[in-house]
Amino acid sequence: MSDTHAHSVAFVRETEIPASPPPAAETGVVKWLRANLFATWANSLLTIVAIYVIYLILAGTLPWIANGIWNAGSLGECREILSGKVGACFAVLTERWPQLIYGFKYPTSEYWRPTLAFFLMLVALAPVLFFDLPRKLLIFTALFPFIAYWLIWGGTILTPILALAGFVGGFFVYQKFVKDSFALGAGGGALVALIIWVVGGWLIPDTANENAMLLAVPSRDLGGFMLNMMLGLTCVSLSIPLGIVLALGRQSHMPLIKGISVVFIEFIRGVPLITLLFVASVMLAYFFPPESTVDLFLRVVIMITMFSAAYIAEVIRGGLAALPKGQYEAADSLGLDYAQAMRLIILPQALKISIPGIVNIAVGLFKDTTLVSVISMFDILGMIRGPILASTEWNGVYWELLGFACVCFFITCYGISQYSQWLERRLATDHR
Amino acid sequence: MSTITDPPQGPFKVSMLFNDTRYRSLTFQAIALVLLIVAFAYLASNLMSNLAAAGLNISYDFLSNPSGYDINQRLIEYDSQSSHMRAAWVGIINTLLVAFLACITATVFGVLAGVLRLSNNWLVSKLMAFYVEIFRNIPVLIWIIIIFTIMTAVMPGARSYLGEDPEADLLFGYFAFTNRGVYAPAPIWGPGSGVVVGVFIASLIGIFAYRKYAQHLLYSTGKLLPVGWPSLALLIVPSVLAYFIMGQPIGLDAPDPLANRFNLRGGIQIGAPLIALWFALSIYTGAFIAENVRAGIQAVSKGQTEAASALGLRPGRVMNLVVLPQALRVIIPPLVSQYLNITKNSSLAIAVGYADITATLGGITLNQTGRAIECVLLLMLFYLIISLSISTVMNIYNNAVKLKER
Repeated sequence: MSDTHAHSVAFVRETEIPASPPPAAETGVVKWLRANLFATWANSLLTIVAIYVIYLILAGTLPWIANGIWNAGSLGECREILSGKVGACFAVLTERWPQLIYGFKYPTSEYWRPTLAFFLMLVALAPVLFFDLPRKLLIFTALFPFIAYWLIWGGTILTPILALAGFVGGFFVYQKFVKDSFALGAGGGALVALIIWVVGGWLIPDTANENAMLLAVPSRDLGGFMLNMMLGLTCVSLSIPLGIVLALGRQSHMPLIKGISVVFIEFIRGVPLITLLFVASVMLAYFFPPESTVDLFLRVVIMITMFSAAYIAEVIRGGLAALPKGQYEAADSLGLDYAQAMRLIILPQALKISIPGIVNIAVGLFKDTTLVSVISMFDILGMIRGPILASTEWNGVYWELLGFACVCFFITCYGISQYSQWLERRLATDHR
Repeated sequence: MSTITDPPQGPFKVSMLFNDTRYRSLTFQAIALVLLIVAFAYLASNLMSNLAAAGLNISYDFLSNPSGYDINQRLIEYDSQSSHMRAAWVGIINTLLVAFLACITATVFGVLAGVLRLSNNWLVSKLMAFYVEIFRNIPVLIWIIIIFTIMTAVMPGARSYLGEDPEADLLFGYFAFTNRGVYAPAPIWGPGSGVVVGVFIASLIGIFAYRKYAQHLLYSTGKLLPVGWPSLALLIVPSVLAYFIMGQPIGLDAPDPLANRFNLRGGIQIGAPLIALWFALSIYTGAFIAENVRAGIQAVSKGQTEAASALGLRPGRVMNLVVLPQALRVIIPPLVSQYLNITKNSSLAIAVGYADITATLGGITLNQTGRAIECVLLLMLFYLIISLSISTVMNIYNNAVKLKER
């Protein structure tokens, strides 16, 4: 290299010049707008259309909500207060709030019971939904169904205690024998529970309900959004075990077991829920013993549980099929029998894969609980279409009521699906 | 490899039924069979004694009795003297009608929303996400009732369209939106209209043949024929020519505000229940289809698009020849199950009084005759046949498009 270079050049900059600012169109808000809203002329056109649509929606709803009347006795009163202005009559919500939530026949003095059950439900669900919470809380979750039953239906406390005693007795027998054989444990547990229930059923006097601590409320008095939540929660929790059994049955090598499962699943999935609800309301009573009276709530729970079990079975079957075959072979090579392999190796993994699918089914099922209004049960939609819109005070308040139902369902379902997405990220143990 | 141990030899013992793998599955199946038979026998005996107590029997004779009720929305001849069977047929056809209509519009909404949600335009994609979340998370029954309420409580009565100086004008002079439903023009088939329809069908076949020929030419010689404009021309020109040559044989029977003082006359009336059900099912299922479409398009890896571009394909051809065929393989199975859902959800017609099979056979007929078991069984049978046939077709299709793996 020669050193003449330095002399032949007139000027050498010794320090770096400060970076000049980027062009105005390439920074900040302007760049974002150009990239995301006005990239091409077609895109700009779309943006303008979208803005117009948003304007239409907001212009239609905002003044209506802002001018809303929250205190009035009837629609006529609302209109008087509004005196020609556009505005909602939310007074129907404040006035009929208990009816929308609890139904119109639940005793007014007992509203605290379902409310308490609702908050207890949140506590009971917490350890199921969030794994970080202490596992001891699951004991409360196990107790919750019995507490909730007692709170909502009232009557003698002996009934839920007896039910609980059956489960506890069965569980101890199962624990004792499951090490020898799963079939022995499960069968023995079921038998012991059955014995406890039958014997206990004789011991509880028929008059126990009459002077019980909590007023007994018959199922037909339940209603409102409470009914939707109860149906949704009960049926989903009952249908998961049934769904697991059906999914395992469908994978089974025994032709008869497989046949029964396939026919059941395909039959249920092939018919709409509403026909199954018809079965519950008009047909199922024929299949119970003549002298027994099984109330409509229980019949509906049976049918909806069967319905969602078939769908959940398909989801779990997907999870079972998605497991690598090596897992099955590894379980076999360890010398585990079928029940052990399923309980300890296969199902924990398969269920983990199927959680998002199960949550999807749960959301769908919760939405489908509105269908019970068609068979004249007074869930939130049944309340709105029946007693509230038919009353003289509130005849014609459609949008406030339907909007309220929409908000209730949207919050619940959107919340569940957001939870499911969070859980999916949380459970992702593969390295991506 | 593992060696197979010889089965244990020796005399048969009862305990081998549970401990020997050769017999165990047979034992379990025998137990299951016995339980199944016992359960069915129990249910059947309950049914028999309950029916006997109520003085009923299982019989389908009521299907041939006169139904005694009217159905407004129908596609085949029916009056209150027709049999219950006939009413059920009206219901079946109505179910298929609303399911068919809703499948088409739901696909249109879904594809539009799904594609727009992937748009680069921030506002549009957020708007579509909003649409999808709102409609997916609120029960379809509420949507049906909301749209039914719009149709019946917000729309003006037919009267406001009547007279010389009506309060409301017909849309384009042809459509009237009233609280009883939508009045639309009906075509009048004059003499010679058969020729026009024939020409139209022939031109459809022509388009198909031309596209086949263009593809064949492309694959065998590499020559590209224009396809879009010729197809459009082939679709429109011959039919329009035939229409005018035959002397405009097809007319429109629009609803006439002046013919009657109380109601609109002429045209076809699409009842408010049908509109509510149709629109609600399409817009609700459209939200689900949008997600399927989005997932399908996103499932095609970016490398495919880049590879196609690297080969020198234009963006349109990249979409048509590379991305769409692969995306469709992902989209179509869930799409068909959405169609199945539409068919099943159409049974919610009973909530707004649309006379589908659930409302006729499972509603009025059931209530009038009290034949609960027969009606519900027939109803289930109908839906089962529809579902099973759709899923059979689906399986055949799935096997046809399955990736042929080496």
